[in-house]
Amino acid sequence: MNWYNIVFYAFAALTVISAIGVVFSRSILYAAFSLLFTFFGVAALYVLLSADFIAITQILLYVGGILVLIIFGIMLTSRANNVEVKRRAFQLVPAVLVVGVIAGTLIGVLTTTNWPTANFLPYEDTARPIGALLMTQFVLPFELASILLLVALIGAVIIARREKGKRA
Amino acid sequence: MIPNVGLTQFLVVSAILFALGIYGVITRKNAIMVLMGIELILNSANINFIAFTRFGLMNLTGQVIAIFVIILAAAEAAILLAIVLNIYQQLNTVNVDEVDKLKN
Repeated sequence: MNWYNIVFYAFAALTVISAIGVVFSRSILYAAFSLLFTFFGVAALYVLLSADFIAITQILLYVGGILVLIIFGIMLTSRANNVEVKRRAFQLVPAVLVVGVIAGTLIGVLTTTNWPTANFLPYEDTARPIGALLMTQFVLPFELASILLLVALIGAVIIARREKGKRA
Repeated sequence: MIPNVGLTQFLVVSAILFALGIYGVITRKNAIMVLMGIELILNSANINFIAFTRFGLMNLTGQVIAIFVIILAAAEAAILLAIVLNIYQQLNTVNVDEVDKLKN
């Protein structure tokens, strides 16, 4: 039982427990706060997989960007008396059945398959080779992603403030 | 005895996250909760990519794909929240089962 295992199981437990909190909590705001811990736990798992750049990107983008957007969305769309926010889940029995089947199948397959693995050394530094890959092998998806971000930016602005100028 | 941490443990964590995300998408009515479930699913996919980068036979390709997944998740969250805000202003609800104006 070395330190790597202990740290892994601690962060895996943090991730899974806070994800359970996201899914099962009644209040949507508590779900958003649980999602914060899930994102941090996943970032820690990335660090354990020696993916430092992705871990930092995860914290910057998910915690700093997407989670703030989600909390903005909750604040802007929930009524002041919070009647609408706390809502019971529905379709519980089919959901539990479907999710149980999916999880059982996935975990069964994943644990019984003999994956072709190799004992690489952990990467020392991933930012430099990732940058090189983005500029050589993946330059077309990279540029497409930049165009997609531009389109999404303009589209989000136009969709969100259409109510101002009701010309039509 | 708890086994040593290898590829399988990461994959199992990712499978649990995936199942929880599916559960959230199925059982919640609020569109923002559905978005949170989708984010859980995308995170589990990313864990898979990076675990296979570390232990599997592909090089850093998995990490690059994970970066693209994160980019797409950001764009998707921005667009979805814009749509949700617009729906809220038009119909005064964010529950996905009450947005059925096209039905009649």
